[in-house]
Order: sequence, then C-alpha cells, then structure tokens
Amino acid sequence: MTTVKVESAMQKQTSPYKWGMVIDLDRCTGCGACVVACQAENNVPICEKHEIAEGRDMHWLRIERFWVGEYPDVRVRFLPVLCQHCHDAPCEPVCPVYASYHNPDGLNGQVYNRCVGTRYCGNNCPYAVRVFNFYRHEWPKPLDNQLSPDITVRSRGVMEKCTFCIQRIRRAKEDAKGEGRMIRDGEVQPACAQTCPTDALVFGNMADPDSRVARLARSPRRFQFLEHLGTHPSVHYLKGGGREHA
Amino acid sequence: MPESHESYSSHKSHKSKGTNVTHATDETRTASRLNDEMLSSMRPPTRRWFLLAFCLGAVVAWGMFAFSWQLTHGMYVTGKNRPVMWGFYITGFVFWVGMSHSGTLVSAILRLSQANWRRPILRAAEAMTVFSISVAGLFPIVHLGRNWIFYYMIPYPNQRGLWPNFRSALLWDMTAITTYLIGSILFLYIGMLPDLAIVRDRSHGLRGKIYAILAMGWRGSAREWVIYHKASTLMAALIIPVAVSVHSIVAWDFAVTVVPGWHSTIFPPYFVIGAILSGVAAVITLMIIIRRAFHLQEYLTPRHFDNMGKILLVISLLWSYAYFVEVQTTWYAHEPIEWEVFSFMADRYTIPLLLMLAGNSLLPIVTMCFRRLRRSIGVMLVVSLLVNVGMFIERFLIIVPSLSHKNMPFIWGTYRPSWVEISVNLAALAGFALLYTLFAKLFPIVGVTDVRELEAQKVVVPRGRARLPSLAGEE
Repeated sequence: MTTVKVESAMQKQTSPYKWGMVIDLDRCTGCGACVVACQAENNVPICEKHEIAEGRDMHWLRIERFWVGEYPDVRVRFLPVLCQHCHDAPCEPVCPVYASYHNPDGLNGQVYNRCVGTRYCGNNCPYAVRVFNFYRHEWPKPLDNQLSPDITVRSRGVMEKCTFCIQRIRRAKEDAKGEGRMIRDGEVQPACAQTCPTDALVFGNMADPDSRVARLARSPRRFQFLEHLGTHPSVHYLKGGGREHA
Repeated sequence: MPESHESYSSHKSHKSKGTNVTHATDETRTASRLNDEMLSSMRPPTRRWFLLAFCLGAVVAWGMFAFSWQLTHGMYVTGKNRPVMWGFYITGFVFWVGMSHSGTLVSAILRLSQANWRRPILRAAEAMTVFSISVAGLFPIVHLGRNWIFYYMIPYPNQRGLWPNFRSALLWDMTAITTYLIGSILFLYIGMLPDLAIVRDRSHGLRGKIYAILAMGWRGSAREWVIYHKASTLMAALIIPVAVSVHSIVAWDFAVTVVPGWHSTIFPPYFVIGAILSGVAAVITLMIIIRRAFHLQEYLTPRHFDNMGKILLVISLLWSYAYFVEVQTTWYAHEPIEWEVFSFMADRYTIPLLLMLAGNSLLPIVTMCFRRLRRSIGVMLVVSLLVNVGMFIERFLIIVPSLSHKNMPFIWGTYRPSWVEISVNLAALAGFALLYTLFAKLFPIVGVTDVRELEAQKVVVPRGRARLPSLAGEE
C-alpha cells in the first residue's frame, strides 16, 4: 500500500505520483470537445457574448487556432492550451496568501477561498491560462442542476484555472487506497482527455516510466511551451508533422 | 559659527546689512511677527477654504461611490481583462509611492547636507510624503478582487492557521510601505515638535489641550534642543535607505516576474530615480501653491525655486539616462517578445509616449538649464506639473503594454480604463489634496523653528557691553 506519509506537518510531503499530460498535435482536430467537457465537469461558468468580447471568458482549456501558409495552400493548426502545471510555476511564489500552491503530486493547486484576487498570478503566468471571475456568474434554473457537487462554485473576485480534474484524482486515490494498491495507468482521466475523440490528450503518472504518458513523452516529437522560461511544465506536446513541416 | 548668508526676505536681509546694534532687539520684537506670518496658514478658515475643502470632499465622495459600485458589482466595472489584469489602480499605486519620495528623501538629504535654503520647504515636503504614501497604500486594497478579505495578506496569528507567503513581492511591498509610512510619520512628527509647542502657546481651550498633548511637554530647554537635533538628524539618516528600498521593492513587483518588459534588472534603480523625479516636481508644485495660498512670498523666494530647479535638472538627466538604458538594451538584444512589447507600446500609445518623453526629459532638461526660467514661478509650475503627468504615463506604459502582449500571442489584449478606475484615481488626487489642506490648517506648514533657527544664527546678542554672535543652532 502506498499512501502519502505525513510524519510531521513541517516535513516535505512526497508522493508516488507526478501527474502529467501529453498532447499530440498531429491528432488534434480542433473539435473543441475537450473545452465543452471541461466546462461541464468543472462548474466553469457559461459566459455571455459581451464577456468573451471583453476578454473575460472563463475557459480553463482553450483551443488556439493558427493559420499556416499562404492562400490557396492554407492549413489550420490547433493548439489545446490548459494549465501547464509547471514544476517551477511562476504563479506560485507571487501569491501573497498561498492560494496558488504546489501539491505533492506536482499539481498547481488553487485554493479558492484563500484567494483575495490580487491577480498577480494571472499576470505572471506566461501561458495566460488563469481566468479571473470578473462577474458574479449564475446558473439559471434548471442549469444549476448540472453543477458538480465535487467542486466549489467560485465566487466573483477569485482566480481559477485547470486542476487536471483534481476531484477525479482524489476519487481514484480513495478507490485505490481502499483496495490497497496504486492507481492503475489510465484509471483516472481528466474530462478533456476522456472526451477527446482522437485520443490526442493522454493523461497519467509521469513518475511511472511504463505509463502510457511517460512512454509518449519520450517521443522525439516532444516539446514544451516556452521551455526557455524554465518553468518545467507537466504538459508535453508532440509536434505536429503537417505538410508545412514536411 | 558657519557663515550663512541666507535670507528669507529682502526686508530682513536689508536689515541684517544695517546696524548690528539694533539687530538683536529688532529680532526679539519681530519674533512674534515672524511666528504670525509663518503660522498664517493656521488662521481660522475662511469661506474660500471651506469651499475648497467641500469641492475636494465632493470628489473624494464620488470616488468612494465609484469604489462601492465596484465592491457591489464586481471587478468587471473596471477595464481589466485577461491578459491585462492590472491597470489604472496599480498605475496609481506606483505613482503615489513615487510621489512620496519627494518629501522624505528631499528633506532628509537637504537636512544632512545642511543646505540652509531647505528650511521653509521641509515641512511641506515631509507632510507630502505621509499623505501620498497613505493614498498609495489604499490602491492595492482597492484593486483586490475580494477587497473585503484584504487582511488575509497581513501576518498575524489567525484561525486559518496560515501565514502569508513571504516569497511574494506583494508582501514585501506591504512590509516596505508600512515601514515607510511609520518612518515618515515619525520624521514629520519629530521635526514638528518645537513648532507644536509654539502653536500650543498661542492657542487656548480644547485646541490648546490637544496641541499640548501633541507637543509632549516641549519647553525648549538646551537639553531638549540637543536631543531634538540628534533625533532629527538620525531620522534623516535612517529614512533615506528606507525610501530607496521602498521604491526598489515596488519595482520588484515587476522585476521579479517573467513578464516580458517587466523582467529587467534596471527596474529598481530606474523606479527610484523616477520616484525622486516625480517627488521633486511635486514638491515644487506644492511650494508654488503654498506660497500663493498662504502669502509666504517672503519665505519661499525665487532662490528656492532656483535650487529645486537644479535638483530637477539633475534627476531628469538621470531619469533620461535610465530610460535610454532600458530601451536600448532591449533593442540591442532584440529578444522577439520583449521587442514586441516595446513596438506595441510605441504603436498604440504613441501620443502618451511622446508626452511622457517631453514632460519627463525634454522639457525639464531644456528649461532647467536657464537660471531665469528656474526663477520664474510660472515656468516652474508648468514644468513640475508636466513632469508628474509624464510620470503617471510612464507608470501606465510600464504596466499595461507588457501585460497586453505577453508570451502567448493568442491571448493578446488591450486595456481601456473605465469610469470607476478614473474616478478612484481622481479621488485619490482629491483625497491627497484634502488631507493636505486639513494639515495646513491644523499644523504649521512652514517649519517655524527651522526658519527661525537660521535667523538666530545671524543674530548678535548683547552680553553686558559686549556684542557676541549667537551660537544658537550650531552643533
């Protein structure tokens, strides 16, 4: 049985898990299913048109679309961008109240009820994946029935972002603990990876060298976003080998 | 005794050149007139004063309404968005922290360097520090998403069982600003003690009692004077490193991040220089206003403006150099994303950028080179105001373009301040002016003892038949 040992509160916690994700850009079709799945899973508010026009959309996961090439030989490239769960995250040290913190599994946690809304983390995130509750979002009836009870509904004035569906990870951990084993590879998946029809998003334990995600991350096509900043993200991308790169 | 031929009025200097014999008695006779003149700001308020205070109060009330609007509605009433999560509030914050440098730094440096011409402006400058740092300290709270739990950032044992994060530059900020606020209040208060005693002796009733408490039983004994001089010199020496560190730390808010255009080692010294520039300019503006409002033409002479102009010239040259270094190192390295920030700034904010360069660099450097212009009150007023307009723009141009064009081109954005942010910033200006107006009414705005100490140094005291130069104020 492997559980997190906590001998004293001051001791640094360790974990056998290092959650990570591999996104194969060759497989991504830009369908946006992951965006919708994320929204449904994580109580992400539905934004009005003007909110999105103001740059205040609340998506935890976005598909960036780029046009490549000159007409008529134009291709479109898609880039799913979510919180990179950096191991040296710029958002963490700048938070004055520890709302943004690092958990032993290598995730960037966000504690909503600690957040005072300085938005410093949002400024310092080079990937611009942190979203701020500018509005008090409401779920008109009967939409409120779809809210997940596993997750806080965030109030206005706090930051939020992708958590790798931490509620699913927690549940899987409890299940595994009950059976006295480690979480199996592929047992836990965030909503986006689960929904992806082309299997472009793969999630798993990077600390296990035999996991699917760790094997994929050894691909020569692997790269990371803004690697030169030294943030050491947990999300790895596999370079698209489209025509323009051929 | 040091030969100081300073004079604060043509009237007086004429006399001191005259017969020395009558001088001492003349001095004692005019002492109360001097006090009267210098304390003229404390005369019972006129209708115009009430009107001014009312107008300023109205602007403050409007700003408070705007803030309560934001409190009840949410941060969407500001112009902020993703990626520009900081805007006019932080601009205002950095601007007012900068303004606060005038006072203490100008006054402390001049005190330590024993520049005698400083004396009439000391109090005005020190008070300005206290009020602008108080105003500045409000901005970080106003800008929070959940303002009502700002105390989460204060380190105290709490039921959350959690200390704030001391790795965060915001916490360094708060520590530095609190230190500076306390330090500058002490600096102002210690310097004001003998003056408070004068006011105490001249007022009655409840007012007299309050001033008596504030004056802490000052009697003016030789021992008290010695301690007073030691304390104020010590405070001056201590406050300088604090002042420098405060704006360095404010600069770290930006410099320690990974935001292109912010992450720069020149920021701390550059911010300190900018702070002193805006501070010096603000002191000049205030000197002009005080001089006019309280008829202190005899004490704030063109000579003072001449000297302040020289300081402004030097600081403006320094600022221009720092700005040049900041831009040219980026240009030379030509790191794509950093250069993108600068190109975007020059492209979208061309007019503010030119206004800033004109106000902070070109105009002060050209005009302050000429003695005649330095001594012209009108020119000084225009230049000093434009410097601070330029400094506000400078802070804006540091904060907003960098955030607008960060590393991910897909999330590039723009920012336009909303009426709420503009109102709060205007209210900050009005609030500062209101605090200042009240202060000038309730406390001596010209350092009476500071000025008279100098007069005393020139006085020849009769000792029997001999006439000896006074040693007062000499250390």
